[in-house]
Parts: sequence; structure tokens; C-alpha cells
Amino acid sequence: MAANTETASQQDTGVKLPVLKREKLILNERSYHWITDRVCGIIENKQPALWWLMFIPSVIIAMIGVGGGLIHLVSTGVGVWGNTNRVMWGWPIVNFVFWIGIGHAGTLISAILFLTRQNWRTSINRAAEAMTIFAVMCAGIFPAFHVGRVWFAWFLAPIPNANAVWQNFKSPLLWDVFAVSTYFTVSLIFWYLGMVPDLATIRDRCKPGIRKILYGIFAIGWRGGNRQWSHYEMAYLLLAALSTPLVLSVHSVVSFDFATSVVPGWHTTIFPPYFVAGAIFGGFAMVLTIMIPARFIYGLQDMITMKHIDNMAKIILLTGTIVGYAYLMELFVAFYSGAIYEIEAFKYRITGPYWWAYACMMSLNVLSPQIFWFKSMRENLWVVMLVAMCVNVGMWFERFVIIVTTLARMWLPGDWKTFSPSPQDQMLFVGTIGMFLMLFLLFLRFLPCINIAEVKWAKEESDPHFEDNEEHNDAGAEDIAAYQKELESSKG
Amino acid sequence: MSTTRKRVYGYLAEFKSASALYKAAEKVRDAGFKKWDCYTPYPVHGLDGAMGLKRSVLPWFVFFGGSAGCATAFALAYVTQVVIYPTIVQAKPTNIFTIPAFFPVMFELTILFSGFTVLFGLLGLIQLPRLNHPLFASKQFHRATDDGFFIAIEARDAKFSPDATRDLLADIGGTSIELVEEEN
Repeated sequence: MAANTETASQQDTGVKLPVLKREKLILNERSYHWITDRVCGIIENKQPALWWLMFIPSVIIAMIGVGGGLIHLVSTGVGVWGNTNRVMWGWPIVNFVFWIGIGHAGTLISAILFLTRQNWRTSINRAAEAMTIFAVMCAGIFPAFHVGRVWFAWFLAPIPNANAVWQNFKSPLLWDVFAVSTYFTVSLIFWYLGMVPDLATIRDRCKPGIRKILYGIFAIGWRGGNRQWSHYEMAYLLLAALSTPLVLSVHSVVSFDFATSVVPGWHTTIFPPYFVAGAIFGGFAMVLTIMIPARFIYGLQDMITMKHIDNMAKIILLTGTIVGYAYLMELFVAFYSGAIYEIEAFKYRITGPYWWAYACMMSLNVLSPQIFWFKSMRENLWVVMLVAMCVNVGMWFERFVIIVTTLARMWLPGDWKTFSPSPQDQMLFVGTIGMFLMLFLLFLRFLPCINIAEVKWAKEESDPHFEDNEEHNDAGAEDIAAYQKELESSKG
Repeated sequence: MSTTRKRVYGYLAEFKSASALYKAAEKVRDAGFKKWDCYTPYPVHGLDGAMGLKRSVLPWFVFFGGSAGCATAFALAYVTQVVIYPTIVQAKPTNIFTIPAFFPVMFELTILFSGFTVLFGLLGLIQLPRLNHPLFASKQFHRATDDGFFIAIEARDAKFSPDATRDLLADIGGTSIELVEEEN
């Protein structure tokens, strides 16, 4: 036996700290150059036919839905939307909350998972951040045009105007203006700063020409010197620390739009955490929806591994369950409060004319993710994709239930009115889906969709002490043994 | 061929891995060089210590930027709600006691101003953007953003000498050592 060699250390130590091997984030021992090549290749090579197959329809849908839809809306008036005197917040606000929520996963991945040192985020953060930016752009359309006369939308900003009227800083709607615009701006800074080293990589691979000049301008002359990295890492940490409370605040402020109003079904303290959990839930579903196909089309399986998908599925399971808890808690509190209006509001939601929306919300958001308790289901990409789709739809219905069913049945029976969206409503919503896809496909085409520098960093040998550890693969047991011996002798 | 004289930027040497670069950086630091840098495709953690760099001062900028944002938001809300356009809505008074309702905007502007300070503070500290840099003249330097690990010691450094510095870089494991010259 190899006992000879082991006895010595066994006598000495007593402490042999076992170090668990971490699951690798980059598979197949890919080299740095392979990573660069694979990610930059997406931009440098011709796009696959599938890209065009998705890009052309999404451009058409975006042009008709958003372009045409908005021209029609502005030239005719907001009356073309299905909003009525009672349901003043119909589809536009449902869609606004839906899209804003989608964005949250991006910031969660880039900021919160960064602060908690979840290194698996490196492969997916860039695409998720891009998704955030595009989702917030889609979201912004709705409130901007919902104001009615969009050419007065600048009234939202607190700048002096001819009427000497100032915004009401006590209103959650104004808080929303600040929250959403700050969110967009900070997310954009985060996204762009994170991309600078990768843009430099692309710049350095380009042949001289217009592409090199353009990527060069956006890479701002990045050289990758450690005197730059040192400040850069600090900047990244600061942005992560700033974005973490920011992302939690944005959907909280969105929920204040509802929670601060004295309306049965809205006036609840559970709204902020419930909205934030829902946003992260819906956002992760969207990340999966777009990353699973992209991973497949561009052959990124070694960087976006099954572990990444497994982790995201677990987050969906967790947040989906939190959302389910919130739904049930809402019902319980309505019952427990004994307030008849509150009870009636929830009865109406479940059994009223919108019962199907409530049923969709419950089954798609709460029940469908429960399948992720099973490992085999998390490993089956078809199932993951199906659940992600269910959640996308379910989260839209959640907002529909909250907004439309509540407004359709408020205090005065004379006001009761059901809501149905007009074709223009539907057109604009479908248009924003097209716009989102179009922007995302353009992103895949022109920008590095995986954070090249950070993925390299996540490799094991990127640690400057990697080679030392290789030489002493007892993970420091020898040093500990010597220390232990010294300790014993000093006692004796 | 031409009579233009090229200014020397310094020496550029390649190292085979992050570990090799780390050890080499410690030696360059101990040799007393000041104007030099390590170029890596990704941030190598721990290199700051090996190079003898101090912690970034960026957080201080951001602290003041964020405070300015908070103050701006408070001033904006207070002046408009209390001084020039007081309106009683939601049964909230038009005086300083309305401040809880100003908190969300104060929070958001703190973050917004901090975000901008991070961006512009960083650009100031790393002295970017710039259109060109002598190192870009090197034929191998493009690999610093791909898979190359480099150390460049500038000729401006007081300890720089054409021969001794080259030997030092070779001693500590540098390969393909190159004298980088400015392009004009």
C-alpha cells in the first residue's frame, strides 16, 4: 500500500481539510483564445439563416405594431385604446409593468449575483443586461403615450414651464418617472462599462477599416493594463452595489403606484416584495427564453452550461414559490381583515368574468415551475423552455389581473364596467415584442453577447496562484500540519 | 529610409500565464520601477498587491457624487413643493414634514448621480478615452485582449536602461521582448 508515504502526514496532521472540487463553469478545458474566437466569431461571421428568419419578421412586427401603432395613436388620439372612464389603466400599464419586470433579472444577475460572488453569472450577464435595456425601452413607450398628448410628455420632468406648474413630488407616479429613468440610465452605464474590454477585444481582431474605427471609438482606447483594471474593478463593484438597491427600489416604486391608492385589491403592504419577486421571476424566464435558443444556434454550450440553466431553473422555482405565497397571502389577508370590499374584490377576481385570467396566473406562475423540483426536468431543455414560456405568459396575466380586474369593480356600482382591449392595444403590445426581439437580435449581431473577459476570469487557471496550488495539491495540509506541530510543542 | 526619429516608449515582454505574470510583477515592483503596467485579457485578482498599487480612490468620488444627488433631489422637491408651488394633495402638509414623500426621489437621484460619478470618475482615473497609444504600435500587443499576458516598462521610468531592463525582463521569464517605439 501507499501507507509509507501517508503515515507521516497522518501522524502529523489530524487536520486534513477536504476541499470540494467546484463544478467547472467552462467545459472541455477551452483556452482563452477559444473563448475569444467563439464569442467574437458570432459578430465576425455571417449570421445563420435562423437569425434572418427571426430578424425579418420581428422588424416587420415592430414597424407595424410600434411604428404604425403609435402613428395611428398619436394622429387619432388615445381614445383608440380600449381604456374606458373606469378602467383608465388598461393594457398600456399592464404592458408597462410586464416589460419593466422583465428587465429585473438582468440587473439581478449583473449586480446581486456579483455581490454574492456567484461566478456562474459571468456567462449570462451580458445578454441579461442587454435584455434589461431593451425591456425598459419597450416599457417606456407605454406610459409616455398613455399621458395622452405625447408631445407634452416632457411635463413629467421637473423643469420650469410656461404655466409655472410643478410636479407633485408626493405622487408615486412621479417617483416612477425618477425610478424608471434612473434604472435605465444606470443599467446602460453598467452594461456599457462592462462591455468596454470586450469591445477592445473585437477592435484588436478587426482588420483596419470602418469596423475597426467604430469598435475602437466605443472601446475608448482600452488597453487592459492592470492600472486600468484596478479602477475598473472598483467601478464595477460600485455599480453593482448601487444597482442592487436600485433594482429592488424600481419595482417597489412601481408597486407604490397601486399600493398607495385606496382601492380594494391594491392597498396592501405586501405589494413591494411581491412585485420584486415577480419581476425577478418573470425576468429569469425571459433570460431562459432567449438564451436557450441563442446558446444552441451559436454553439455556446461550453460557456452557458447545463449548470447555468439548472441554477436559473432553481431561481425560477424559488421566486415562483414566493409569488405563489404572495397570492395566497393576499387572499388570506383579505379574508382575515374582514373588510367586505377587500373580500369582494378577491371574490370578483377568482369567480368574476375574469376568472380565466386568474386561473392562468395561478396555474402558469405557481404550479408550472413546481416541476423544477425534479432534477431530470431541470435537465430537459424542452421542459425548461416550456416552463419559461408559461411563466412569461403567466406574469403578463398577473399584471392583467391586478390592474384590470381591480379597476373594473371599484367602489361605486355605477362605475362597474368590464374591459376589453382594442385592436390598437393588441397591436402595440405585439409590436413591442417584435421590437424587443429585433433589438436583441441586433445585439447578438453587433455586440459581444457573452462577457469575454469575465468568462476568462472564471476559468480555474486564471487565478494567479493556480500553478502554486497545482504544485501543492494537498490544499495547504502540509502547512497546517507544520503549524499544528508547532502548537503542540509550545503547549508541551 | 526616413530621417524621423522615433521616441522609445519602453519594453514589452510576454509571460506565459497569469501565475508567471504575477511572480514577474512582484520582481519588477521590487526592482523599484514606477512607470510600468501589466496587461491582461481579464482582471487578474491579486495583481494590485503584486504591483504595489493602492486601492482605487473611486469610492470617494462616488460618495460625494451620491451626496450631491441626494441634496439635489431634496432641494428640487423642497423648493418646488414647499416654496414656489405648494399644493395640498393626499392630505400631506406643504412643509418640511412632507419629507418622507420625498425619499424615493432622493434615493433615485443619489443612485443616478453616483452612477454618473462612477462612469466619469473611472474615465478620469484611467485617462480614457484616448484615440491612440504607443503600445498599439506593437505587433503582439493585440493579444493582450485575447490570451496574452504582458508587462510593459516605460522608458520614462527613472530606473529604465536599455540593456539592464531588457535583461531584467528576460530574467523574470519574459519572452518575445520588444522595444516599442512611438509611431511619430
